[in-house]
Amino acid sequence: MSATIVAREITADHIAAEQQQLARTWAQPRGLIGFLSDVDPKRIGMRFIVTALVFFALGGVLAGLMRIQLAVPENHFLGPDLYNQVFTMHGTTMMFLFAVPVMEGLGLYFTPLMVGARTMALPRLAAFGYWMFLAGGIFLYVSFFLNIGPDNGWFSYVPLAGPEFAPGKRADTWAQLITFTEVASLVGAIVTIVTVFKFRRPGMTLDRLPVFVWAQLVTSFMIIFAMPAVMVASTALILDRLVGTHFFNQAQGGDPILFQHLFWFFGHPEVYLIFLPAQGLMSTLIQAFSSRPVVGYVGLVVALVATAFMAFGLWVHHMFAVGLPAIGTSFFTAASMMIAIPSGIQIFSWIATIWSGRVRLEPPMLFALGYFVIFILGGMTGLMVASVPLDLQVHDTYFVVAHLHYVLIGGAVFPLFGALYYWFPKFTGRMPGRGLGVASFWLLFAGFNLTFFPMHVLGLHGMPRRVYTYLPDMGWNTLNLAASSGAVLMALAVIVMIVNVIQSLRSGAVAPDNPWHASTLEWATSSPPPPYNFYPEPVIDSRDPLWNDPADLPIVIGVRADRREVLITRLLDAQPDHRYHSPDPSIWPFVTALTTTAMLIGSIFTPWAVVWGSIPPAIALIAWFWPRPSMLNDETHPPENARPELSAATGPP
Amino acid sequence: MRQALDVSALPSFAFGQRSILWWATLGMIAIEGTAFALLIAAYIYLKWRVPHWPPGVAPPDLTWGTLTTAIVLISVIPNALTKRAAEQLDLARTRLWLVVSFLFALAFCVARALEFTALNCWWDSNAYGSIVWTLLGIHTTHFVTDLIDTGVLAAIMFTGRLDANRFVDVSENAFYYYFVIVSWLPIYAVIYLAPRFI
Amino acid sequence: MHSVLSAAGVEAQSIQSHWWLMFWVTLVVTLVVLGGLGLAVARGLRAGAIGRSDRGLVTGISLAIAVTVVILFGLLIDSVITSRVLASQRAPGALEIEIMAQQWWWSVEYQHPEPEQRVRTANELHIPVGRPVSIKLLANDVIHSFWVPALNGKLDAIPGHESTLWIRAEHPGVYRGQCAEYCGAQHAHMAIVVVAESPEEFEKWIQAQRQTAHQPASDPERRGLQLVQQSACVMCHTIRGTAAGGRMGPDLTHLASRSTIGAGILPRTPDHLEEWIRDPQRIKPGNRMPALALPDRDRAAIVAYLEQLR
Repeated sequence: MSATIVAREITADHIAAEQQQLARTWAQPRGLIGFLSDVDPKRIGMRFIVTALVFFALGGVLAGLMRIQLAVPENHFLGPDLYNQVFTMHGTTMMFLFAVPVMEGLGLYFTPLMVGARTMALPRLAAFGYWMFLAGGIFLYVSFFLNIGPDNGWFSYVPLAGPEFAPGKRADTWAQLITFTEVASLVGAIVTIVTVFKFRRPGMTLDRLPVFVWAQLVTSFMIIFAMPAVMVASTALILDRLVGTHFFNQAQGGDPILFQHLFWFFGHPEVYLIFLPAQGLMSTLIQAFSSRPVVGYVGLVVALVATAFMAFGLWVHHMFAVGLPAIGTSFFTAASMMIAIPSGIQIFSWIATIWSGRVRLEPPMLFALGYFVIFILGGMTGLMVASVPLDLQVHDTYFVVAHLHYVLIGGAVFPLFGALYYWFPKFTGRMPGRGLGVASFWLLFAGFNLTFFPMHVLGLHGMPRRVYTYLPDMGWNTLNLAASSGAVLMALAVIVMIVNVIQSLRSGAVAPDNPWHASTLEWATSSPPPPYNFYPEPVIDSRDPLWNDPADLPIVIGVRADRREVLITRLLDAQPDHRYHSPDPSIWPFVTALTTTAMLIGSIFTPWAVVWGSIPPAIALIAWFWPRPSMLNDETHPPENARPELSAATGPP
Repeated sequence: MRQALDVSALPSFAFGQRSILWWATLGMIAIEGTAFALLIAAYIYLKWRVPHWPPGVAPPDLTWGTLTTAIVLISVIPNALTKRAAEQLDLARTRLWLVVSFLFALAFCVARALEFTALNCWWDSNAYGSIVWTLLGIHTTHFVTDLIDTGVLAAIMFTGRLDANRFVDVSENAFYYYFVIVSWLPIYAVIYLAPRFI
Repeated sequence: MHSVLSAAGVEAQSIQSHWWLMFWVTLVVTLVVLGGLGLAVARGLRAGAIGRSDRGLVTGISLAIAVTVVILFGLLIDSVITSRVLASQRAPGALEIEIMAQQWWWSVEYQHPEPEQRVRTANELHIPVGRPVSIKLLANDVIHSFWVPALNGKLDAIPGHESTLWIRAEHPGVYRGQCAEYCGAQHAHMAIVVVAESPEEFEKWIQAQRQTAHQPASDPERRGLQLVQQSACVMCHTIRGTAAGGRMGPDLTHLASRSTIGAGILPRTPDHLEEWIRDPQRIKPGNRMPALALPDRDRAAIVAYLEQLR
């Protein structure tokens, strides 16, 4: 029982008929229940992206409030309590509700497309992940408006966040938000890995994967090994606060530093969870707008993998001021500097690509170029804070605030906006407006530098982080005012982008399949793609199929169109392996998320919520997995019918 | 005429690392294994900070812990037999060994409940008690989850409309159960042996 | 004086040199890389057909990586050297100070083998120029961080841990610092002032600090002392030589020798003292000192008394 090359008469009518059948089978479910049951990765990915962008805007508003308060010394716009909540909400929103989910959303949307698959693996799990993300974000903001939002910073150190110094529920909301977002990330990671390993179209061997897919794959592995650390840290914090454990209580043998180790073991890889997909986006944009494949594909992939491994060996550089033994900290200085090498490989490879390509300065390319300026500056200050003695001066000052925004905004937000512009035609079927795109780039670039460059100087001149105000005779007034003005430009940039989106949706030119003449598979189908992604599906013969594949490659046939079926291929050589009935839409992921949310929210008030509150999600999960008649595999029902296939199904790989 | 790659003759299900569910299960194992490793690291960290460990109390009694370990090690046998029966699509044997596995898991849970009473510490006495209860508690949660999974699968195999994919589910559940067994061994060593011998 | 770039202490000077090396190296690297990018964009915009061989490009990339590695090692070596220099400042015969950081002030205690010779003060410390000073940092509530940029990098004060920061001022001056680890509502107002002075001046200062509280000379001042001893002040504050023996708040024995109040939130003047005692929560909301309901006359007397505690 294997796949064979045959010769077939395949007419345009055959293709149209198959497409119609596929459209019916993979159609979007209707109505409210349909909306809640949807398992399409494009729609779930888009939900992640749009929701994350809403949180980006909210986080930006919070930042605006902070900059208003700090524009002048001894300001009374926000009192200390509110300011402390606002800076905590800003950091928590940006790191947990925007940066990671938006990359996850792009991954869910484009990974199946870029590997030539009809859908993603485990679609109901992905749907569940989205609802958990949404629930967590709503929970956080409702808590904020009810005055029980967190106020101890986005990494919530103990003992300040412990039971003795943070009475009430504020620190619990932070800790539980972590649970929501970490579940959403973990499921996204599993879905991505399985999709990339098993759903690739025949012929797409691993060395033909687009760099963006490699980035998502490597990021997913990082998520699996990093997220548990913050899970343990936040769980231990909740336990200390709720049931009286002593993980972090030094009076009973616990240690506040344990929290820092656990948190930063996650926290450092976390920033690479944000960068690596963005570096994948950079490769995508530079390739497309230099009209040539990226130079040094192998080096770029190795750089991603090397970064992922090294990222797990840097966490102590967030703890240089704790007083740990010097020989230990010097190792982390070395590692933190050496991680610049894979970044260097990527930057030099991209410059080489631009040098030897045919460049078009469309807005996505402008954003990509913006990355170089801003991320490189951030990387330079990164080398500075990697050095223990220098870090001991600038740690916990505005110098670090400058550094982190340079690397995060330069390294992730600029490529993100470039990529959203680039993929706008694919998402919506309309071309984005060029003029407003260029304007938004320059506004963001200028506004960003005006806001954050002065902060380097502020930190060197003694201004610590997380201060709600400052004295007028410290010499910090002008620079703070400059930073606050820059924030206005950044806000304008976002407004221009929103206007551009609305205008383009209404009256942008209709987008063809491949308006940018790019090379990856998402451009080999309509804009937007049909629900089944592709038909016909030629096998893959090169790394840049739309540029290099011949026109008459064999197309895949024999995957059923009367049910949601996908072709599963082998991990190493992408040869066809078996056919698989992909799960139909289902309400149970939503119900599981809803019941789990109730349990998690309840458990910040009483530990019994974990016991009793786990029953509804358990029931929902059983309903989720209980076999349905519509999902019954008619080819192997009853199971005796499967006997002829058994040796093929259990045979060697 | 054009060439086509005809995959219609391929099977519609697969076991082991060819199956999607195997990879998803492996992902869960990696996540939970990392969490256990970090909890063990936290235990070592807390132990290293104080001269006397356990502080002020006797180490957990060996009886119940060793009993649960014995049960879980023996349960490798019915687990392996369940997995093999499923991979042969043998409904009768799958049903039998699923029920036996379930009963072993149930026995383990009963012994585990008693194990909690013999720890000689409470989760809120000190950091030692906190980490010991948490280590044991998290492993117990995983075990109870697998117990429920096994029970639900058994119910499906007795009452549901079956196709080959249900046998894949049984096989993957057995794969996960191997992890639950194997992950217990280092935790046992940390909770019971480390305070006595290190 | 509170800048990393105006180093006045041995440790800070070493870090400052390290900073400038890193600054210039990274500036040059940035300009070279961005210049390369600019050239690449210019060439890419002009390009016609695309050349096919990448071998030269890959060689170029490898060369750039090699240069990068060398530069990184250079920076790493300078970092390690700087760390070594900092570690070598530990010396016997240092002036030993113990600082207990708390929300939101610094309790300072000068150590001495004889307990009566120990001096306790708050939020401001004096040190002799040219002599190594070891500061043992403790915390009794949450994590704080002691940072005086003109003298050295920072070090966290963590409950359950002890750590030691070394400083050595090279020039006399007043050096300001702030708590640098977010520690709650008034983290923004937890300043520390370090006054570096000649060894002779320092001896005079510490001898004066060792004395018990200055006796009041005038009637208002006497009345002020009486009021202090009768009211809730004694629950939190110590004024050595009087009945005030509380340890929850700053030691006020030589309050008038300090330049600020409220851990640096206001200069210590009679008006500010009066404002502070009237309503500390208005000035530093959330801080641990409650307002005392007192008639204005009484408050004025207390201020008069406190103002003469030199």
